[in-house]
Order: sequence, then C-alpha cells, then structure tokens
Amino acid sequence: MQEILKQLEEKRGRARLGGGTKRVEAQHGKGKLTARERLEILFDEGSFEEWDMFVEHRSTEFGMDGQKVPGDGVVTGWGTVNGRLVFAFSQDFTVFGGSLSEAHAEKICKIMDQALEVGAPVVGLNDSGGARIQEGVASLAGYAEVFQRNVLASGVIPQISVIMGPCAGGAVYSPAMTDFIFMVKDSSYMFVTGPDVVKTVTHETVTQEELGGALTHTARSGVADLAFENDVEALMQTRRFIDFLPRSNKEKPPVRPTRDTADRIEPSLDTLIPADPAKPYDMAEVIAKLVDDGDFFEIGPNFARNIIVGFGRIEGSTVGIVANQPMVLAGCLDIDSSRKAARFVRFCDAFNIPIVTFVDVPGFLPGTAQEYGAIIKHGAKLLFAYAEATVPKVTVITRKAYGGAYDVMASKHLRGDLNYAWPTAEIAVMGPKGAVEIIFRADIGDPAKIAARTEEYRQRFANPFVAAARGFLDDVIMPSATRPRVARSLAMLREKKLTNPWKKHANVPL
Amino acid sequence: MAMKKKTKPENRPAAAPAKPLFAKILIANRGEIACRVMRTCKRLGIKTVAVYSDADADALHVREADEAVRIGPAPSRESYLRIDAIVAACKQTGAEAVHPGYGFLSENAAFAEALDAAGIVFIGPNREAVAAMGDKIESKKLAAKAKVNTVPGHLVPLKDAEEAVEVSKRIGYPVMIKASAGGGGKGMRIAHDDAEAREGFRSATNEARSSFGDDRVFVEKYIQEPRHIEIQVMGDAHGNVIHLGERECSIQRRHQKVIEEAPSPFIDPKTRAAMGAQAVALAKAVKYRSAGTVEFIVDKHRNFYFLEMNTRLQVEHPVTECVTGLDLVEMMIRVAAGETLPLKQADVKLSGWAIEARVYAEDPARGFLPSIGRLTRYRAPATMPGVRVDTGVYEGGEISMHYDPMIAKLVGFGKSRDEAADRLLAALDAYYIRGVNHNIAFLGAIAAHPRFREGRLTTNFIAEEFPSGFKGRALDDALRRRLVAVAAVLQRRQSEREAGISGQLPGHGVGVATRLAVTLGGGTSEVGVVAVEPGYAVDGFGRPIVVATDWQPGDALFAAVIDGTGVLAQVERTALGWRIAHQGCVVEATALRPRVAALAALMPEKRAADTSRFLLSPMPGLLKAVAVKVGQEVKAGEELAVVEAMKMENVLRAARDGTIAKLHAGAGDSLAVDQKILEFA
Repeated sequence: MQEILKQLEEKRGRARLGGGTKRVEAQHGKGKLTARERLEILFDEGSFEEWDMFVEHRSTEFGMDGQKVPGDGVVTGWGTVNGRLVFAFSQDFTVFGGSLSEAHAEKICKIMDQALEVGAPVVGLNDSGGARIQEGVASLAGYAEVFQRNVLASGVIPQISVIMGPCAGGAVYSPAMTDFIFMVKDSSYMFVTGPDVVKTVTHETVTQEELGGALTHTARSGVADLAFENDVEALMQTRRFIDFLPRSNKEKPPVRPTRDTADRIEPSLDTLIPADPAKPYDMAEVIAKLVDDGDFFEIGPNFARNIIVGFGRIEGSTVGIVANQPMVLAGCLDIDSSRKAARFVRFCDAFNIPIVTFVDVPGFLPGTAQEYGAIIKHGAKLLFAYAEATVPKVTVITRKAYGGAYDVMASKHLRGDLNYAWPTAEIAVMGPKGAVEIIFRADIGDPAKIAARTEEYRQRFANPFVAAARGFLDDVIMPSATRPRVARSLAMLREKKLTNPWKKHANVPL
Repeated sequence: MAMKKKTKPENRPAAAPAKPLFAKILIANRGEIACRVMRTCKRLGIKTVAVYSDADADALHVREADEAVRIGPAPSRESYLRIDAIVAACKQTGAEAVHPGYGFLSENAAFAEALDAAGIVFIGPNREAVAAMGDKIESKKLAAKAKVNTVPGHLVPLKDAEEAVEVSKRIGYPVMIKASAGGGGKGMRIAHDDAEAREGFRSATNEARSSFGDDRVFVEKYIQEPRHIEIQVMGDAHGNVIHLGERECSIQRRHQKVIEEAPSPFIDPKTRAAMGAQAVALAKAVKYRSAGTVEFIVDKHRNFYFLEMNTRLQVEHPVTECVTGLDLVEMMIRVAAGETLPLKQADVKLSGWAIEARVYAEDPARGFLPSIGRLTRYRAPATMPGVRVDTGVYEGGEISMHYDPMIAKLVGFGKSRDEAADRLLAALDAYYIRGVNHNIAFLGAIAAHPRFREGRLTTNFIAEEFPSGFKGRALDDALRRRLVAVAAVLQRRQSEREAGISGQLPGHGVGVATRLAVTLGGGTSEVGVVAVEPGYAVDGFGRPIVVATDWQPGDALFAAVIDGTGVLAQVERTALGWRIAHQGCVVEATALRPRVAALAALMPEKRAADTSRFLLSPMPGLLKAVAVKVGQEVKAGEELAVVEAMKMENVLRAARDGTIAKLHAGAGDSLAVDQKILEFA
C-alpha cells in the first residue's frame, strides 16, 4: 500500500516538473514564470486545486507517441482569491511550447463548464506557441470548443485573460471574446499574423513588440486593457481586480469593509472647475475623491484617454465609473472613446454593477477621419449601451454637456435614475459662441454685437437650470457634496428592478 | 482648511490698545505673509483688506480678509507691483494704513511716497531709510560711515562686462556680481575667472532688469565657507532702536534660503552683542523705524561683515518670534501708529530654539525646478505641539506660475535645538501635499542630517552635502528596520481589509499571512507579523518590534508608536506595495508572501526608456530661445535653449557632445514638462 501512495507522489512530481529543469530555466531567463508559479501567485496560498494533472495527448503522428508530458501543456483547476471562488487555466510554455492539443483544449473546456455551472470567474493565463501542428484539425477543433464556451459564458461569468507570452493566430480569439485582457510588457504579444508573414504580404518591417506588444495593444489598438511591468505585478493586480467583480450575473458585486464614510465632503472640488471654460481640469481628481479610500481600478488608461472608465467602491460596493476627461481632446467623444466606454458600460450592466457617469463633453470629434471611420456606428454603441442598461445609473454633469453627446452620456432620457449637475454645468445644443454664429448669422461681421449675443446666450443657456426646469436634472448639487449625494442615490437604488422587453438578443450596432 | 494654531509667539506685547491703532489695514501682498499679517490684525481688532490679481481671486488671503479688492491681471507688474492700483484700493476701502509684507512693493520708496501723499500710513520704515538701504552700493557707504564692518569690494555700478572683468581681477577671484537693487538671490552670480565674470555680468544684468527694473550691478569679494547670520532690528519714530538677536540662514540653495533658525548655533553672547550693536548703529544712522534686518556674512573665526539691510519684515521672522515671544507685525503696526517701542534692549530675552523650513512647490528630482498646479491634497500639520505653520494655500488651491512657489513656512520650536529639529522633522512627515511636487523630503533630509544636527553650517552646506542633487536620504540600519516594520504592518492591515470581502467560500475563506518578505532599499528581510496588544509584533531582527497603529488602507498618513517612539510616515499604494516617505527617506517597499517574493526576485530589472537623445523641457514654461541649429555640433555644457518659468530664465545645456538632428519646438512656444525641445543625432 505504501508503495502505491509513493507512486502517486512520484507521478505528481513528474507532472510538476513540466517541460523539465532546462526549459524552466529558459522560461525564467525570458523574465517569465512557469505556469504553476503563476497560479501560486494568483491564488490564495495553498488554495489551488489542480485538475487533470495526468491528462496526456493522444496523438501518434510525427513521433508524438514517444513524447508525452503529463498535463499536456496546460495547468487547470480552481482556487480562491481572497477566499472567493475562481477557476483558472495556465498554459505551460515549457511543455510543447504551450501549444494547444485536443487534450489541452478539453482540460480548459472542463473548468469553463464547471465555472459556468457554479457561477464563478475564469482567468486564463495565456502563454502558448499556438496550435499543436502535429494534431492538425483536432487542435483547431479544440480552439473552437473553447471559443464556443467563451461566448456562452459571456455575460454570465466574468472572464479575464492575462497574456503572458505568445498568443498568435487563431489563439487570439479566445482572449478577444473575454471581458478583459491584461498583458505583460516586453514578454507578451498578440497578433493574427506575425512579423514574417506581414513582411511577405505587405512588405512592412515590424517587430513583434511593435506589431502586438503590450504597449501597442493598450495604447494604440485598444485590444488589451492593461499592461503590467512583469508577471508578478500582472497577477497581483489581477487579484486586486477580481475583488471588484461579482462571481456571476446572478450575484451582486462583493462588499468590502471600509472606514471611509459616505458623508465625506470634499471642499476642494468646489474650486476644481476653472473660471475659463476653455481651460481643462483633471477629471481623475473627481473620481479619486468620490470612491472609497481613493481606490480606483482604471481600465484602458492609455487608450482613448479622452474618456476614463474603471471600477471603484462606494460604501464598500463596486461601482463602474465612466467620465469624460477634459484634459484630452477636451473630453470629446470619438470612435475610440465610444468603443471603450460602450464595452465597459455593457460589462457593468451584465454583472449588476451600478454606473456612475461624470459628464464634461463638448460633443463628438469632427473630421473625415472620424466620419470615414464610422463614428456614427461607434458613437451609437455607447448610446445603445447606456440606453439598454438596467443597472442603477447616476450621472453628474460637471461642466459641458453639449449636443447629441449630452443625450448619450447617461442622460435622463436614457433612463438615468439620478441626474445631477454641478452649478458650473452648461447643458445646451452647443457652446454659446457656435450657437450665436448660427442664430445670429447676420451679425457675424459685427464683433460687438456678436459678443453681446454670446453673453446673452451664455446667461440664458450656459447653466444647469434650463435643464433642471424641465426635470431633466433631478438636482443641482455642490461639487463638494458629490460623494454623499452619489452614495445616497446608490443606496436608494440598491434594489432597483428594471427589465427590458423579451428578445433573443438586441442588435447592437457592431 | 489647515491653518495657524498659534502657540507661544505673536502673543506679546498683549496690552489692549490704549487708542485704536488703525481701524482698517490693507495688506499689499499675497500668500502666507498676507494671511500672517491679517492674523495679527484680527487679534488687534483691526479690519483687513486684501488685494488680489486675477490669478488669486480664490486665494486664501482673499478668503481670510474682511474685504478684498481686485487690482489687475495675473502678472505682478500689472497687479501687486502697481502703486496706483493699491493706493486706489486704500481709498476705495478707507484703509488707513498699508502693510506691504515682503517682496513686491515692500522696499519701494516710490510706493511709500505715494502712500504718504495720499495720507495713508506705510507700515514699514521711513522712506529715507528704504531709499538708502535699497541701494546696495549706497548702503555699503553708509555702513562704512557708521563703522560697520564691510566686505571688500568695488561699490560703483559696473559699466560693461569688460569693466566687470577688470574690477574682479583687482579684488581677486572668486567674486560676487550682484544687482544693486537685488535681493532674494535674484541677479547674483559667482565668478571664478574672467569668462565667468563676463557671463555673470550679462546674466545678472538681465535678471536685475527683468526682476527689479534696475540693471545696475556691482562686484565684491566672495567670502568662502561663509555663514549667513542676520540681526533683527526694530525701531520706533522716537529714535529708539533695539535688536532681537540673530537668525542663522546658512542653509541656502543657490542663494535662496531653505532653512533658518534662531538663535544661531555658532554665535556666542559676545559676538551677538557686537553684531547687535553694529546693526543698531546702522539703523540709527538712517533713523530707522519699524522692523528691519541687517544681514552679515560670518567667517569661521566669527569675523562678520555687513552684507545688506532689508528694510522690511523678513520671510523668516517667525523664528525670532518663537524665541523672543514677540509679535513683530504687531510691533510694526504700533510703531507705525506712533507708539514707542514697548521694550528696551535689556528686556529682550531669548529662550528656546526655533527652526524654520521653507516648503516649496518644486521638484528636487529635477534640479528643484518649480512645480505648478493644483493642490489636490493639502493638510498642514497645524495642531502638533511646538509647530507653527504659516501658509497661504488650501486644498483645492493653485500654485500659480506667476508668483513665488512657496507653499508654507514650517517652524519647529522647543527648549533645545534638538527638540526644535525633531519637532520640525515630525511636522514634515505629517505635511500632506499632492498635486504638485514639493521639497518636504529634502527638508527632512537636512533636518535629520548629522552635520546639520551638529550645527556645522556654511552657506555651502547644500552644495557640499548634496553635490549631485537630492535623491532621498540614505537608509541606515536602524531606519531600515523601522521602515521594514512599517511596510510589514501596512501589508498586514491591507490583508485584513481584503480578508473582509463578502462572498467567500463558506468554511474555506482566506486567512491573513503571518510571514512576509519585506523588500526595500535593495534588501529583503523575512519577518513574522503577529497581533499583540496593543498592535503587532514584527519579528525578524532578534527582538520583536512592536507597532501600535490605527492606520487603515486609504490613509495617507501612517501614525504609529513603534517600540514606544512616535513615528509618522506618508504612505501611498504602488502596484505591488507602498511608497513610504519618512524623515527625508522615500522608499519603495513590498511586503509579499515569502514564496511570491522569491518569484518576484526572478523578475528582470527593467530600464527606463532612453530619453538621452532628447532635450526635454524640465518644467512647464515658455521657450525663450533656441541657441542651436539643425546639423550644428555641440559640446557638453554648451547652451542649447532658454526656458522661462516663474520669472526665472533657465539655461538648458548639452549633457554630452553631439549633433543636433531636429528641433521639436521653437522660440515662443509654451512647453509642458518633459516636452521634447530638440533631438540629437
């Protein structure tokens, strides 16, 4: 009997070795951790339970029957993050380059199926050379099995992808369909076709890092949400991130204790808005002073910086925050910012996370680049997302809310629950100068008259009270009282029930 | 709003005014000094009038005043320096007297004259004294006549650069070229050879013209290893002049005072008496009325030479108030109203020690360049014992590019010099400023510096002790252990917070780690952290360190009792741990599970992106000139561009030899910090 028990330990030991000491050293040499080391960081100490450690591939082609490594290049299972249930798979680059075989895919599908059944997030740690070429179509089928599960799980359980090595070709489409993609700087990349193929087809010379590195995807393409310095930082921040998320769409977001009180007044916000309407200010300060303990988890901080999205907590409960950023492009809506915010709003709505929106938007960005790039459809995504959302929606207009962009930004008309404005708010079809040049076109040659008209228009419309008079705003609040007012609103809305008409699914303007 | 809780100083003489001094005083200044003058006015029952530029419409001095009058646009020239606007503001509000503070019009004879003509009392010295002492050359002659020791020099304005060289040679290098109308370090240059004399003449002349509207400069012997020690004098209109002891202001950076104290650790009673007597003699020679300061340069043999007399209330006057118990502003107001000095020389008693640090919005990591912007967070340590804060800003206020970027003056005072320094250190640790960069850590590093604690000061202290700028105070073993304990407790509290999250697997929830590997200052220490009464025991250095604290995640200030000693530190969350600032040290610390720390140790060190090819603007400002062209070869040290910010011209020089490949900005452009100006090949 003792001998049998010992054999189990030996078998486990062999599996844990992965691709062997040499390959582990090579992995470390690249500044990367191994699949199991990564899971040790992601999960609470000793909480990870590995499944399918003894699974092996079934391929016999090209001499593969002679090369079998238990686990087959992916470590799967479940554990806890700060005591809460999370499933994960972690691809092992030291075993067949982390390539995806039929068996490898089955292991991933198994934990995804279980996660979907019990309602818990799935974190994928991606580090794979791609398909197991020796297996041919069996490998491709494996990818598709994963894709199908990504789609079924979408909106049911949170799915997070952390790209920690190569992720190329068809492999990119699983992360692409998850809710969030995090990347590690300098050691991860994602692309559909690599630099060699690019060179042959389009004659462009480009490095892996330029084509699909963490900076490319977090600042330029917007494919990924966050870039981290190294594996440890990426995984520790993923833990922090999970603390904001509910387990599934059937649950409310978690609550964490805080000493920060709901009635905290921030007098400094009363001096935030500059006297000159053309002068920017940093919307990040409003967010930092709104959320519990100033703790804000920003999503996509380097992409479409004219809009800020991310998670914070108020009275311990998670809220999603969307805010125009006047420091960048005057906070206007454009293709990228609309896409970024729309996806975020839809995530919050899917997972019962209330949305707090701060508005300072001069309108949509004009220009051929925007029109040819389909700003109409992209802008509509954000409008659609807000209009469709049934979670609590609290909106605060800090300064400009001009034109169609006013409607889009969680206005009363899109079922905003509480719509507040600071006294500095200007809600109008456009800025006073533009408006006067249209209404009083005849006076355009007379600067004195135009100035007088502009002032008249400013007096009349550049304030929150015209909108408040129609009930489009529920109240005009002191900036310093923003946290108490928002916190009370969210408390009032906690049991909000609102359902959209039955449909198979909506037809969002993709 | 964090403000002034006055303890000892500013309380005497306290006798209720026999007749009302003035019903209303206008303060022709801004910032902390305007607020400070108003505090005394309020105590004396005098109404206050603030004046402000457009940039200061929401400033603290406007909020604190009973009335406020706008006097013009942001630039000082169009507001705080406009005599007509200030006189008009007096008339409009019925102010009977004006306190000018320091700087701006405080030593402007024309201003005193204009007030006189309008029948408004100038709370400051008589005009003749201002005029005589305002001219550095004139004042030296007067001093010599009053038998005051003076530094060898050539007291005639220089005609041109060639004369500057000739005279400098005669006096002997090194020499100091300084603006005749100057002060506060502006328009001053040291020259060690002919080339520097030429350049010094040019730049001092330019700076003098732009700062004071008077481009006369002169040259004198530059004394090496000097101490800057000044005597506070106070005179009345009845011919009485007394001195209130000395202040040592040797801790200077590029002739700007950084730390001042009273008394001086260097001055014995005999020297004090001799310096005081000369200062009083000089003041009497010009029939000095009001508060004034006679500055001396003192060599290591305690020889002292007259430098200049400042005919105003000095920035650093609070340290004198702390050790004399007098309110200098009150005395100024009383003598301006014609009262006799309330005390005689023999009544002046110095007791205790006071050390003042000037808290500036500047970036020590970028060569102390001014840092402007909004104070997103601002909490001054207003209620600590033995601490005085003179500030002119508030949370949500603005540090404007138009004026001096001083945030506050922070004074620690106590029975001994050590107690004063310790209180200053603690107050610095509690001073919470965000939104702009500041010099708090730098001030802390000085206040904790062994040489400073020994009192071995010279005006070269900073240049000698921080030769390559300030990069944070080095950690010794004791300090490192203390910060390791702080980091371990921070992590413990953070873990407890995280372990409180809802939705944990019933029966399988999370515990908090009791062993942590703390990495900071280049080393890792594994420690155990266990809860004990009244806090945590951090075990790993032989005897456990006991840390009692109420700190919770989200608090910026970490206050604890560590092994019986009160410790304050500022903490900020980073991606993996904390940035901890304590007594001049700023460290990045992580406290991870030992296994995670071991894995973290495998992570490669990443180098910052290479920006050495570019000349970046070190501050927001105006690009005044680009001195090079594309294709030009330059040598290290050669002038590349001039950026103007905070009224100062900053010459940017080549860090290495190279060829200019591209210009990214041109003269007249506004620059953001780190904006590319030009690129090397």
